[in-house]
Amino acid sequence: MGGSEHISWFADLGLEHRASVGGKGGSLGELQRAHIAVPAGFVVTTGAFERCLEALERDLPVRSAIESLPADDLTQIAHTSKALRSRIEQAPLPPGVLDVISSAHARLCADHDSAVAVRSSATTEDAIDASFAGLQDTYLWVKGAAETARMVQLCWASLYSVESISYRRRRRIPEHSVAMAVVVQVMVDARSAGVMFTRSPTTGDRSVITVEGAWGLGSAVVGGEVTPDRWVIGKITGEISARATSDKTIQHVPRDTGGIVSLPVADDLRRAACMSDEELQRLRDIGRRVERHYGRAQDIEWAVQRSDGNILLLQSRPETVWSTREAAPLARAVDNPVEHVMSIFGGRS
Amino acid sequence: MSSPGKPQGFPLPSSLRVVPGTEAAQAAYPYYMQFTAGDDQRFWFYNSMHFPEPMSAFDMVTAEAAYCALGAANTRVHCLPTTLGIDYRIINGRVYIGGNAVTDPAEIARRTTEFQNRAFYYYANWERLYAQWREKMLALIQDTRALPRPLLPEFEPIEHVHAGRGIASNHYLIDTYYKTLEGYFRMWHHHFEFLLLGYGAYMTFFAFCKKAFPEITDQTVARMVAGMEAEIFRPDEELRRLARCAVELGVDAHFQGSSSADSIIKTLQGAGSPGAAWLEELQSSREPWFNINVGDGFYHYHRSWNDDLSMPFTGIFDYIARVKSGEALERPVEKLQAERQQLIADYRELLGSDEERAAYDQMIALAHRVFPYVEGHKFYCEHWYTNLFFNKIREFGALLSAHGFFPQESDVFHLTHFELEAAIVDLMTSWSTGSAPRGPSRWPNIVAERRAAIAQWSKHDTPPALGPVPDIIDDPAIVMLWGITRESLDSWLKASGDGATDEIRGFAASSGVVEGPARVIKSVEDIGRLQSGDILVCQITNPSWAPIFQKILGAVSDLGGSMSHAAIVAREYGLPAVVGTGTATSRIKDGQRIRVDGGRGVVTILH
Repeated sequence: MGGSEHISWFADLGLEHRASVGGKGGSLGELQRAHIAVPAGFVVTTGAFERCLEALERDLPVRSAIESLPADDLTQIAHTSKALRSRIEQAPLPPGVLDVISSAHARLCADHDSAVAVRSSATTEDAIDASFAGLQDTYLWVKGAAETARMVQLCWASLYSVESISYRRRRRIPEHSVAMAVVVQVMVDARSAGVMFTRSPTTGDRSVITVEGAWGLGSAVVGGEVTPDRWVIGKITGEISARATSDKTIQHVPRDTGGIVSLPVADDLRRAACMSDEELQRLRDIGRRVERHYGRAQDIEWAVQRSDGNILLLQSRPETVWSTREAAPLARAVDNPVEHVMSIFGGRS
Repeated sequence: MSSPGKPQGFPLPSSLRVVPGTEAAQAAYPYYMQFTAGDDQRFWFYNSMHFPEPMSAFDMVTAEAAYCALGAANTRVHCLPTTLGIDYRIINGRVYIGGNAVTDPAEIARRTTEFQNRAFYYYANWERLYAQWREKMLALIQDTRALPRPLLPEFEPIEHVHAGRGIASNHYLIDTYYKTLEGYFRMWHHHFEFLLLGYGAYMTFFAFCKKAFPEITDQTVARMVAGMEAEIFRPDEELRRLARCAVELGVDAHFQGSSSADSIIKTLQGAGSPGAAWLEELQSSREPWFNINVGDGFYHYHRSWNDDLSMPFTGIFDYIARVKSGEALERPVEKLQAERQQLIADYRELLGSDEERAAYDQMIALAHRVFPYVEGHKFYCEHWYTNLFFNKIREFGALLSAHGFFPQESDVFHLTHFELEAAIVDLMTSWSTGSAPRGPSRWPNIVAERRAAIAQWSKHDTPPALGPVPDIIDDPAIVMLWGITRESLDSWLKASGDGATDEIRGFAASSGVVEGPARVIKSVEDIGRLQSGDILVCQITNPSWAPIFQKILGAVSDLGGSMSHAAIVAREYGLPAVVGTGTATSRIKDGQRIRVDGGRGVVTILH
């Protein structure tokens, strides 16, 4: 692999590496492999996280303590979470980890000033049957190697957030199967960003793509802080069968000192569509390619780069709501194909 | 209408009033099509899809013949399990129709057995029976064309006498009239021989697609099924061909937008061999492809391109301009076919399982099998034959008018077909007795009264439906032929209860969004008012209007479904279209700016 120990570059990754790079990391590698544009980046593998955890376990048990928590006792979960997160955040990085992060960061950010996104990528995340979407932390517009390394630790700690622990306890997920990799990728300065589903979230229709987007970074859409514009596009026909332009009051933009800030949208842009029809068609094309590559419907985060208008994907995971709900076939072949007409002529029995 | 807040139903038939002063004209329609007290218990809707304008007394023969044949096919021939025929009534010249559902489960079961013995045979032998159908239809057309023009010579021609024919000319009036009328009733039986079965097979595929892809647009399903070389496209293709010919032969300069077809033809006759060559091409296009009506063929004044060359010549003129600007006018049939195949394959790939794919393959194969009939029959029946029929009746009109029965030949269409038979017998008798016919003292006043009534009726809107709203509409004939569902009735009720809204909803027939001035065309005779850049608003659009589709921005209609030919032609031209709005022609004022969103099926009045 192109990376050193504890680091894997997207170019070398695919879904089969999920155990070491988590769902998000594996998916970003897989997308790049399918020639879908994603912001360049690397993954701090679960190996680094395990080294950190090993050191902690030597002082006090971690995983067994979590497994002994009752799923419904939120008070106790909160107490354990708080203590454990602070231990992880304050522990020194395992030997060598800071160095590999620093050198990978330097390689990624030739331009010293450029910012990165640091994103949790848990090993159980984005699995088809248990979407961990959004349960772990993401840090945007992070500047400098040292700050990046600190955010990696915060991501590790977020594996033990109250929500994550109680989610795993409710589902009785064994702790040894859960580890945290961390994605570090070039931050996209998004003019517009949002999500897209390659089937209808409301009807499950596989022939439409639903796009939601707003001005600025996608965090405002994902976090529900803005009502996004919404389009329904025929996956095959490209026809835009529904379009709703909303009043987008705020947008997330990078702050000079790092991190992001929520700003009001200029009056003339608030009700303007944040995507052109041509961009929507490009999104549709990307959505179809990703879905074809995976062979199933996808839930995708995208961004339009402010500098050149290119569309980049930040995430793609299997759609989980409808695919687990598939019913019996709507119709089956019959010996005499003419019998199908009885569905029209036979009445409503 | 009813309380604006929560509309419960439509007005009862008994609450509809005959427009004052038109009572006698209303009474002229036969007793069996007048509303009666018991009709208040049933649901009726105004069939503005087929009869968008008040029907004159004679033109009602179309409703009679069509519903006789439709009902026979459904009730007695194919035995549709859940529905019998369609009843019809007329008031103020407007045709209301109502389905006749079968609800008793035992009866449905009995009819299902019959249906499968009959309809399944048709599906299994479709190509052979349809080839036979064409032969029957062409033979009928030939027979009708061969009927003699009705004439009464002063003396029987000497050759008839020497030949010992023994039957005098007056007899041939009634003979020709009976045969003409018989041919029309017969044609409608041919028309419905396959129709419901064809639509049913299409709807089977359509309904499956809607279940598998709840958000698929109607027009996408139609595109998967529509043929590429149906007869209905041919007339317009002939215009393109003639435009190319004119340019190739170098006679295109003789086509001036302002000149009449007659004067252009005269010029070409004097334009040497290229002119003669083009006129020969014109002749070969005219038979049969100019036998297409400017309307749906259900009214006597829906003349054909052959009757009035101005419509096709306007089209040729516009096409010549496009040829000269370098446009290739050929429909890229191979490319369209490849696109259709790709569309079918792409949706197939999205299905949830191989089992569904196998069912989809079977259903679309059946839809493709039936569709040539669904698309093709209209040319033979609604266009070619109805035109022959009305022109033959017009010949009787000319004869009766010459004998003083009424001033103009077209006045004949103000008599019912029963009254026309009486008038013919009157004329036959007077010719034989040598006395004056009685008709001239009887008919002129009646004709004037009925003409005035039609003018009155067309000024009055009529409710889109009457009577109690059924909980569900699952009569396959009504759903298939008129696109009427419980949802569309609710939107009609909403529209009539809440006239203030600027949005009118209908079926999304052809996608795209346009804004422009509305040209509300209530009669086919009005289409000359359409200007480039107008949005056509009409009760029903017709595929033979294809030449004007070149200059309009979009189309909106009161009735029609996404598989109507209007929708197909609109898609061919890439024109946004919303059909089946129920109320567009009464709510949109001529000249208002409107926005047509053909993808969503919404029309917005912009003022």
